[in-house]
Amino acid sequence: MHQQRLVVVGNGMVGHRFVQELLALHPDLPAAGLAVTVLGEEPRPAYDRVHLSSFFSGTSADELSLVEPGFYQRPGLRLRLNARVASIERRNNTLQLADGEVLAYDKLVLATGSYPFVPPVPGRERDACHVYRTIEDLEAMQASGARSASGVVVGGGLLGLECAKALRDMGLRTHVVEFAPRLMVAQVDDGGGRILRRKIEDLGVQVHTERNTAEITDGATARHRMVFADGSWLETDMIVFSAGIRARDELARRCLLAVGPRGGVVIDDHCRSSDADIYAIGECASWNEQVFGLVAPGYDMARVAARHIGGGADAAFAGADMSTKLKLMGVDVASIGDAQGRTRGALSCVFTDEIKQIYKKLVVSADRKRLLGAVLVGDAAEYGTLLQMMLNGIALPEAPEQLILPAADGAAKAGLGVDALPDGAVLCSCNNVSKGQLCAAVADGARTIGELKSATRAGTSCGGCVPLVTQVLNAELKRQGVEVTNHLCEHFPHSRQELYHLVRVGGIRSFAELLHRHGTGRGCDICKPVAASILASCWNDFILNQDQARLQDSNDYFLGNIQKDGSYSAVPRVAAGEITPEQLIAIGRIAKKYDLYTKITGGQRIDLFGAQVHQLPLIWRELVDAGFESGHAYGKSLRTVKSCVGSTWCRYGVQDSVGMAIRLENRYKGLRSPHKIKFGVSGCTRECAEAQGKDVGVIATERGWNLYVCGNGGMKPRHAELLASDLDEATLVRMIDRFLMFYIRTADRLQRTSTWRDNLEGGLDYLKAVILEDSLGLGAELEAEMAHVVGSYACEWKKAIEDPALLRRMRTFVNSDAADDNIVFVRERGQIRPATAAEKLQCFKGIAVVAETA
Amino acid sequence: MTVMTAPAPAAAVAAPIPTAVPAASPAAGPVWQPVCAVEDIWPDTGVCALLGGRQIAVFRLADGGLHAIDNHDPNSGANVLWRGIVGDLGGEPVVASPIYKHHYRLRDGGCIENPDTPLATHAVELRDGIVWVEA
Ligand code: SRM
Ligand SMILES: Cc1cc2nc3c(=O)[nH]c(=O)nc-3n(C[C@H](O)[C@H](O)[C@H](O)COP(=O)(O)OP(=O)(O)OC[C@H]3O[C@@H](n4cnc5c(N)ncnc54)[C@H](O)[C@@H]3O)c2cc1C
Ligand code: SF4
Ligand code: FES
Repeated sequence: MHQQRLVVVGNGMVGHRFVQELLALHPDLPAAGLAVTVLGEEPRPAYDRVHLSSFFSGTSADELSLVEPGFYQRPGLRLRLNARVASIERRNNTLQLADGEVLAYDKLVLATGSYPFVPPVPGRERDACHVYRTIEDLEAMQASGARSASGVVVGGGLLGLECAKALRDMGLRTHVVEFAPRLMVAQVDDGGGRILRRKIEDLGVQVHTERNTAEITDGATARHRMVFADGSWLETDMIVFSAGIRARDELARRCLLAVGPRGGVVIDDHCRSSDADIYAIGECASWNEQVFGLVAPGYDMARVAARHIGGGADAAFAGADMSTKLKLMGVDVASIGDAQGRTRGALSCVFTDEIKQIYKKLVVSADRKRLLGAVLVGDAAEYGTLLQMMLNGIALPEAPEQLILPAADGAAKAGLGVDALPDGAVLCSCNNVSKGQLCAAVADGARTIGELKSATRAGTSCGGCVPLVTQVLNAELKRQGVEVTNHLCEHFPHSRQELYHLVRVGGIRSFAELLHRHGTGRGCDICKPVAASILASCWNDFILNQDQARLQDSNDYFLGNIQKDGSYSAVPRVAAGEITPEQLIAIGRIAKKYDLYTKITGGQRIDLFGAQVHQLPLIWRELVDAGFESGHAYGKSLRTVKSCVGSTWCRYGVQDSVGMAIRLENRYKGLRSPHKIKFGVSGCTRECAEAQGKDVGVIATERGWNLYVCGNGGMKPRHAELLASDLDEATLVRMIDRFLMFYIRTADRLQRTSTWRDNLEGGLDYLKAVILEDSLGLGAELEAEMAHVVGSYACEWKKAIEDPALLRRMRTFVNSDAADDNIVFVRERGQIRPATAAEKLQCFKGIAVVAETA
Repeated sequence: MTVMTAPAPAAAVAAPIPTAVPAASPAAGPVWQPVCAVEDIWPDTGVCALLGGRQIAVFRLADGGLHAIDNHDPNSGANVLWRGIVGDLGGEPVVASPIYKHHYRLRDGGCIENPDTPLATHAVELRDGIVWVEA
């Protein structure tokens, strides 16, 4: 059989999708008579450009990749990177690579995307002037950012604002310069633009509209000076151009293919160019004189072209809806359909709330029956519903304004139930997945959103459709009689959040009562510790009284961290890591007496390992006598407040971070929570305490303290987000009180603040509203609850060693004073360590074991 | 490099040299032995008894039921089961090992996560307020 040589130029998002579509049709390429070569100019295979900005928040190039390992290593398929196509010779169906190599093709697919447009301003070639399109661009921006204090983005469109966020996150004073009179001209109208501008400015980005850059020269106070046509100027260290994109149609132009009036390779409904052997898809294509700058239409073209090349003559591209929803710098912005109201006779209905900074507009048909478009700024919760109404021509309710008006007294708004949607409704526009396909996948066994995503690809690109897709999933599961629960365990038909509420409102003080009133059975190792933690957060009774002791995880039960051999560690609190020589000597003396292994922990304190149960009270009595308290290393509670040395010693410090850290640690020590909580306090922006990796991070400024929340190290690191700036100490403490209590109220079991935040509907804005603006009217209550916990603090070890009943429980054997002979240590580097299994065996044979490092 | 030397002074070993030989009198078979007063075991918790060199975890449930199983957790290699949380799974009383949270059935010693590692169980009785175990 004659092999058809298929060459794809460009391995970007759409080019890669084309190959995937082709493989879905012809899993065995050689058997289908296809030999496919993909030529990509970039040094890496296709990656997720849509989420490019997450590169700045730590997502690696590998994580952005769209290509599973091994994908291009299959028969009949070849990917060549760093391979730029220089020209196409249509006469003899060949193309030439930049290095001179010539390749022949039978069919050619152009998926060359677009390039960022840089206005021809004199000086645009200067150092530290960038564009925003590839990973290499971002790496270059990062390098410039590191030696800059300020940055300007030229262009206030979608990408420009995303780029401004990146600059701001790099810590630069950030400006956006826009030629038009408002931001995001293409998507929002004047009213939306005004609110958007105010929101963006509140985030610390200065917006300059109606500015036309005339030239860029040397600056006096910064690297560059941007001089505008009206004579004004702005100085900045770096510049990023984000003034729109242009289709990369240069190959097509040079070989005389038809090109659209606004650029782009002209294609028909089958994505074929003016040469029947050449297709064009994605951002480099022009269909009906339109070039689409979004990925969804490109994916659709990829599907059509793959089908058509394989002989599917009826596959056709039919245009695309350009509705978009974005979160720009934490601001929700959405534009649907005819957002500007250009349809004849269109009526609009506008809701503006300048206090909450929300703007919503509906564009309705002249007969008031159908939704034509909408603009949402500041709150885009209705996006999914409105989009579906518009796309499916669903009849508008009698009072359409209800669709955008805030619901009275927080009652849930009667949204458009997914049941109202026809099966054909496309819920995931990025991947062209309809409601019917989702239902079919659920019927085929998809039970979780993850399974549904891998079965249909819905929700895997921009993610905007995930809420709707989840609704469909839950509705379908319910219909199938599958129960969808967030129940803690088999003993309680409630989530942790619900149980917390039941305990607090019902004044429940014991597990027995909780189980009796709201649960079944005896409980288990899941619900018992959760109940213990909730009871402690609410009432702060001693965690080891008879009722509660049995609920505790072994660590809490013995007020120590269990180790692999069943021995425990002891971690005295060293608030903020500040420790006196006397205290160091005391720890050393005690460790020596009991022959404990000592180590400095990652939390700026000292861990003493190797204590058996019956030794814990003896060791702690001595620690308490030396003035130490429990460090709660065992608890789901405040661990440490890490500090840097701060202004007391450090030449850069602007506030006393150690003092602040000590006060915070002493305030929140002992506080029980859904998971452990860690703080950091840094004395200046150099951040030596790594506060931005903590659940609560405090960073000194010239004027007070910046408060960051929801950071995490550990398994899935997450940068903390700035909640409030320049707070005085009293306000800082109040905001932390509220934040922690709100987290304790609402988080799931074992959910660190970072995951809690990632799952918090409404995101950072919502959190800010609740904590800073007290939008739920809970502030005073949360503060009072915290005051109770703070006021009832008692050191658990101090109480334990004074409680004879408890001390009786802290014995290795109930009927003997012996020690556990299965705990065996050997010496290494001058200290004990647990013996290995082999070493133990020797020991049991009666041969004493000494291990020393040579 | 780790070097082991033998023989060495007993002091070099940090843990006590095994005091008792495992299974004191295997030939004689198990015998009933008193362990502790029932109040020494708080409801829904366990204690560990050392009986003839063997470590046995004894649990008292809130409903008064008593159970005894080996204290050694074969899935972690540590003697810790008495320190686990007691509860039930599907109505069956279990203890969760504090190390890697394997669940063992109190009635027959079976391990829910790993059927290959069942535990020995022992008979327990309450006589005049004293807990007796056959081991
Ligand atoms: C002792 C210490 C390691 C050391 O020698 O330095 C340690 C030891 C343990 N860590 Fe840690 N972590 C220690 C600092 C950290 C840090 C560093 C820090 O706090 O700055 C982190 C990353 C920061 C963070 O939490 O965001 C850290 C992230 C974790 C995690 C992952 C948490 C996450 O959200 O991904 C776990 C697992 C968990 O909690 O579920 C963990 C769990 C543990 C446990 C409790 C594991 C266990 O169940 O046995 C270890 C207890 C040993 C013991 O007996 O104390 N440890 N652990 C450190 C004690 C600090 C202290 O003074 O209290
Ligand atoms: C920061 C950013 C954010 C975005 N956010 C969104 C969003 O939220 N939603 C959305 O829908 N869209 C978004 N987009 C747009 C989206 O990324 C594009 O629509 C999509 O990448 C288009 O895919 P493509 O394959 O046509 O082009 P590209 O992904 O650009 O791929 C084209 C590839 O072809 C290569 N190439 C070009 N010429 C040649 C040649 N001569 N020889 C060999 N290779 C060549 C290029 O190097 C490139 O790798 C965003 C874009 C950026 C930059
Ligand atoms: S990193 Fe792992 S091994 Fe090290 S202390 Fe933390 S939990 Fe233990
Ligand atoms: S709409 Fe973008 S992923 Fe579904």
